[in-house]
Amino acid sequence: MTARAKRILTSVVGVILTAIMLFPLYWMINVSLTQPDRLRKDPPDLFPVNPTFEGYTRVVQDQLPYLFTSFVVGLGTVVITLALAAPAAFALAKLRPRGGRVLDFVMLIAQMIPGIIMAMGFYLIFYSWGLLDSIPGLILADSTLAVPFGVLIFTAFMTGIPDELISAAKIDGAGAWRTFRSVVLPISRNSVVTVSLFAFLWSWSDFIFASTVNRGGQLQPITIGIYRYIGNNTQDWNAIMATAVVASVPAAVLLVVAQRYVAAGVTAGAVK
Amino acid sequence: MTAMHTAPRTGAGGNTTAHGGAVPAAGAALPSERDGGRRRQRIRQQLIAWAFIAPVAIYMVLFYAWPLIRNLDLSFRDYSLASFITGEAPFAGFDNYIEVFRSPTFWPALWNTAVFTFGSIIVQFALGLALAVFFYRRFPLSTTLRALFLVPWLLPLLVSASIWAWMLNSDSGVVNAALAVFGIPQVNWLTSPQWSMVGVLIANIWIGIPFNLVILYSGLQNIPSEVYEASALDGANGWQTFWRITFPMLRPVSAITLLLGLIYTLKVFDIIWIMTRGGPGDSSTTFAIWSYRLGFGGGSPDLSPAAAVGNLLILIAFVFGIIYIRTQRRTGDEL
Repeated sequence: MTARAKRILTSVVGVILTAIMLFPLYWMINVSLTQPDRLRKDPPDLFPVNPTFEGYTRVVQDQLPYLFTSFVVGLGTVVITLALAAPAAFALAKLRPRGGRVLDFVMLIAQMIPGIIMAMGFYLIFYSWGLLDSIPGLILADSTLAVPFGVLIFTAFMTGIPDELISAAKIDGAGAWRTFRSVVLPISRNSVVTVSLFAFLWSWSDFIFASTVNRGGQLQPITIGIYRYIGNNTQDWNAIMATAVVASVPAAVLLVVAQRYVAAGVTAGAVK
Repeated sequence: MTAMHTAPRTGAGGNTTAHGGAVPAAGAALPSERDGGRRRQRIRQQLIAWAFIAPVAIYMVLFYAWPLIRNLDLSFRDYSLASFITGEAPFAGFDNYIEVFRSPTFWPALWNTAVFTFGSIIVQFALGLALAVFFYRRFPLSTTLRALFLVPWLLPLLVSASIWAWMLNSDSGVVNAALAVFGIPQVNWLTSPQWSMVGVLIANIWIGIPFNLVILYSGLQNIPSEVYEASALDGANGWQTFWRITFPMLRPVSAITLLLGLIYTLKVFDIIWIMTRGGPGDSSTTFAIWSYRLGFGGGSPDLSPAAAVGNLLILIAFVFGIIYIRTQRRTGDEL
């Protein structure tokens, strides 16, 4: 076999493996388009016969407020994460604070704490602060998913900025804040994108905080929207899967727009 | 911005000026005053640095340390519904922990946590490594396909769990339909005690493969190609190359991948809760599920035992967390 043929054969195997891996996604889309009365068919249809958009109509009818809430909570989480993580990382990377290593260590440990434990603590604290069942409360809780990660990613990136650049800004008369805003932040654009994307995605995907600190809230995120669908009518998998498709859109956008940042985020979170 | 780019050349030796940016102003002073000035300068530097860090430090205390302390406190009290109104809960010592240890759920939950965690990470790792080695040979489309493999990791867990719940449905699920083609009778993946753990494991392994693939792939890229060239010259075949070179050289990255996987898997809650709620019975109840079910699973919340279960979980996570950090410190340079 020639080298060329071998490479193409490898590609074919690769496509087959990817197809197997992504089959559940195909199945989600397939079920979202299947007529409800055909859902219980045995064996199930491998592709939608007479596709219906009924499920998506249901999404528009029932789920828009949930989607909107998730969007707002996601943006709020991004803002808090960036505002807290970026300046701290700048100091950790460039200003040599005493005790900086301890803080780095705390950030690593913080990511390992199981969500259920945080949720219970937040439940009591938010109860006494009056933040229970509120959007600001949910944003604050969700931000804990991303802030330590943000500090670590920003620190890793900003450490790589040449010291000359920082001292040059200083010689030009810029204070630490000016240096941060006008020199460091613009250079760190890529890591800002990475951290924002992950912060948004994690907050968008959160279920544990939404179902605890916001369990009685008027406004609920999309994860709760799906959860209620599943709880209320287990028959209606067509609408559940249509909602799941819509809820997956941010992940898809993220992958298309920022593929290289995603891989960078995975490895940086683990290795750095 | 442009002015700043040209500046480094005039300020030669920029590295050494990090502490003394404003030294010229103090330069005229006498030596002793200069020392005092420098110390003041250093204190100023520290103050500025901590002004940047302060918001995050306060945040970590309020939103990490404080919830953990409240949680710990909660586990040593008898917190009831009345406690919400009065704000007081009687001290209970180790009663909650004793209750948890004596509960008929304790041993099954411990066993399930171990099975779920180790089952997940071992299979995820094996499949992730196989895929990483596969993708390491560059071929047409390899970059695109590798990117597509990330999708399951990015999906909201709730979405993945819902998809698998329907795919593993006893009567109408596509998995049973596929097995039926091979003459295998219906398996009650999520509704029978024998199979529920396997059901949630399948879903969790699927979600974890991308993470293992990405990290192990980056580990493979860091193995110098000369090593492979040398082994090819020595006439090693693919199988020998993998076991004699790739696998040993990946040891540090593998250790980190497995430990991180372990810490993440201990936390898993969404997937099991959506698919089985820990049932039937306790057959797929892990510590995370048990804690949630006690606290928020419906009925009257039993927050104090829930907190006790949670603290046991955190204890396990911390043990492995410290092993992880030590491993990472040791191998950090090699990555």
